[in-house]
Amino acid sequence: MESVLMARTGHDALLPKEDIEKLLAAGLSLGGEFAEVYIQRSRSTSIPLEERKIRSAEMRAAKGVGIRVLSGEKTGYAYSDILDMDTLLATARAAAHIAQGPGTERPVKITAQLAPDYYTIKVCPSDSAVSAKTAILKQASKAGYAYDPRIKQCDVYWSDEEKDIIVANSDGLWVADGQTMIRVSVRCLATQKGVSRSGSAGGGGRIGMEYFDKFSPEEFAAEAARIAVVQLDAIPAPAGMMPVIIKSGWGGVLFHESVGHGLEADFIRKNTSVFAGRVGEKVATDICTIVDDATVPNSRGTNNIDDEGTPGQRKVLIDKGVLRGFMTDRLNAGLLGLSLTGNGRRQSYHDYPIPRMTNFFMEAGESDPEEIIRSVDHGVYAASFSGGQVDITNGNFVFSLTEGYLIEKGKLSTPIRGATLIGNGPDVLTKVVMIGRDLALDPGIGTCGKAGQSVPSTVGMPTVKISELTVGGTET
Amino acid sequence: MDYLEFARDIVDAAVRAGAHEAEVYLQTGDEFGVSVRMGEIETITQASSKGMGLRVLVDKRMAFASTTDFDSRVVAELIKTTVQLAKAANRDRHNGLPEIGPQVLPHMNLYDSAIAKMPAEQKIGMAKECEKAAFDYDPRINNSHGAGFGTHAGTRILANSNGILYSNSGTDCGVSCSPLAEGNGTKQVGSYWSSSRFLSNLDSPAEVGKRAALDAVRKLGGRKIETTKAPVVFDNTIASVLWGAVFSALEGDNVHRGLSFLKKKLGKQIASSLVTVIDDPLMPEGLGSMPFDGEGVPTCRKTVIEKGVLNLYFYDTRTANKYGKKPTGNARRGYAGLPSVGPMNFYLQPSETDPMDMVRRIPNGFYVTETIGHGISITTGDFSVGASGMWIKDGELAFPVQEVTIAGNMLDMMKGIEEIGSDIRFASSIVSPTFKIGEMTISGR
Repeated sequence: MESVLMARTGHDALLPKEDIEKLLAAGLSLGGEFAEVYIQRSRSTSIPLEERKIRSAEMRAAKGVGIRVLSGEKTGYAYSDILDMDTLLATARAAAHIAQGPGTERPVKITAQLAPDYYTIKVCPSDSAVSAKTAILKQASKAGYAYDPRIKQCDVYWSDEEKDIIVANSDGLWVADGQTMIRVSVRCLATQKGVSRSGSAGGGGRIGMEYFDKFSPEEFAAEAARIAVVQLDAIPAPAGMMPVIIKSGWGGVLFHESVGHGLEADFIRKNTSVFAGRVGEKVATDICTIVDDATVPNSRGTNNIDDEGTPGQRKVLIDKGVLRGFMTDRLNAGLLGLSLTGNGRRQSYHDYPIPRMTNFFMEAGESDPEEIIRSVDHGVYAASFSGGQVDITNGNFVFSLTEGYLIEKGKLSTPIRGATLIGNGPDVLTKVVMIGRDLALDPGIGTCGKAGQSVPSTVGMPTVKISELTVGGTET
Repeated sequence: MDYLEFARDIVDAAVRAGAHEAEVYLQTGDEFGVSVRMGEIETITQASSKGMGLRVLVDKRMAFASTTDFDSRVVAELIKTTVQLAKAANRDRHNGLPEIGPQVLPHMNLYDSAIAKMPAEQKIGMAKECEKAAFDYDPRINNSHGAGFGTHAGTRILANSNGILYSNSGTDCGVSCSPLAEGNGTKQVGSYWSSSRFLSNLDSPAEVGKRAALDAVRKLGGRKIETTKAPVVFDNTIASVLWGAVFSALEGDNVHRGLSFLKKKLGKQIASSLVTVIDDPLMPEGLGSMPFDGEGVPTCRKTVIEKGVLNLYFYDTRTANKYGKKPTGNARRGYAGLPSVGPMNFYLQPSETDPMDMVRRIPNGFYVTETIGHGISITTGDFSVGASGMWIKDGELAFPVQEVTIAGNMLDMMKGIEEIGSDIRFASSIVSPTFKIGEMTISGR
């Protein structure tokens, strides 16, 4: 088995089988029903390039073990960065305390399993010289300044990470994954007649340095520069309700916020989500199919296994407008009587897993994206975004525009300044009136935050028309 | 292990390995968190943790590495790698450690032994008491995300090759509650919390639960209103959303690089004359208080905006060197990050006005109790966020409003501050009393 783990992680198994089994047994020793050991070792590199200079080169290493015990609806969690058995057994007992029951020593046996493999890496970032990474940053920076004489600043940021995780539990699971991630982002500032505007772009994924055979750093820089320059002529955004067309790709943050979080099984189990109890109901127009797919090759949101060891899967959550299911982790799947969907994720060994999205997107429709724009007499075309947020109880969500245009008589016209759009999840789903053929996922720069835990996440969708949405500009 | 000696030894070893300047930032801590839901324990988390970050400058080239593994071989390898890594960075003559030797720092009492010694049962009891108070407040409270109580006790150590070896210990605790109210078939979630360094400064759990329930119940029946322009009151629970953005816009690097809407505003009126904003790292028992910043610069109280006039921008050592200024002692960090400018205890000074009197004087306006989203640009000053709260009609909080946005430009917003309340609560590093802005655009229907 050790060889199976080594093949996946490229390293040793960190804790021998017998030790893991002892920890699991200690976890169950006070009456808990389920115990889990999560071992993490990770190394990341970040390199900022600012004002044409590599400002620093940074490396971070972390190594630790998180032990979880479940007892009914209760979770006991303890973690340690000291990996000697005395400390780890004390950690396991601290987590076990949640059960507070009489318990017996139940021996646990774990068996090695092989995780699927959705991210083949050709050239590991950790095998690449720092100079290869700084070269990429410099290419982007040069292209940003060259894009337009009004570009006065161009900063580029590199990050890569190799994270090995090993998950074992009292059901006998023992599985590992090696998780690589790279991310490059560019921020440009354009200045004209004392007015300054910024633009950002970037990309990455669970992929090696071969990513740059297909995606050039110059493209990211040109995109960031383009947005900054366009924004120089932007007028204040309108205020009020109107038709909104959202561009494919990163626009998927609309569905991540309006629907995604509301379908996470912890909120469903607690009956705090506006979608709780609605499986089988029509919640969206019948052209809407929305999925969470952890298997997209090399995508930022992809998980071979989630952080509970469950293999990543593709789930259709809304099928032609009908709500079909939720995203679960072990605790909530068990309490709701649902199957495991591979959505139990955690930021690090400091945290216990909770239901999270992976690659969450709306499937392609049938309309021609150009036709979608032509269908709007007066409205807004939302092209680029900075992020969003949701209140899953009342369903209100926002997402913030960083590049947008007025639509007048079916054509894109003046660029508008950044503004926040607000809507209500269940309501907006009934207002998706046209869906384009042009499904795209975001380029690989998204991070989702929930309950203090950040995880990499991907959104996506085709060009979509929402019949009405509130645009939070200043022009009444 | 003597972490002070350990930190100093790493600095010495880094210098021997070729670093011209070296700095170690080390943290150790114990944390405990309990969440309770529907009267029962839901989760308990506990851990002891540690980590350290080593920053080196080799010929003014900067590299950084952090680890949680203090094994001597790991550390030796880390030192070697970091010194090597510096070659990848460009030389920047502005890089450097603070050029001051060890100073006598004021003793600050930031450590509450009552928190450190609190038994788990007492912590669990506080979370339960908080949630119960929410349920007891109103029969429409029928569900809960939970109530939580958490504690943290830790020590931070800074050692550098200019001879500095500082440490301070601190504690903090927090109680929070998120109950749900249901009425007429709709549900709303409420939220309230309290956080402090000393247990005796914490709001009572029952008070927190009650206010969280009030927040939820008050939102029931919330509706979208017609798009309009009107005065907006920012409740003290969310008022810091403006000042957090203002802080970022006052970071020296952003200002000098043209990335801030507050560039070239030193000595100028950027807010109404009612506005005085302070940053005070020496506030006794303050959540953001510390005697030395993340680079070892001694901290001091600053009047950032005085009667609406901007007094200063914030700098750490590198940016101070770059722009010919002095570091303001605002470097913040964790062990896994490089120091960078951040708020200490950054707040809008309160006045004597009761916020409810402020409301009574408004014939038509929006009292915002919650904002959602981050549609704020520090480059343009554009501010556009989702908002919910209460509509003010003839001086009364008349009906709940939701699913709207408030928008404006932050310079206009600050200049448009017409009244400031007395109700400041020091519950985080950036706080503010309730304040009223003369006019913003509210987008709804």
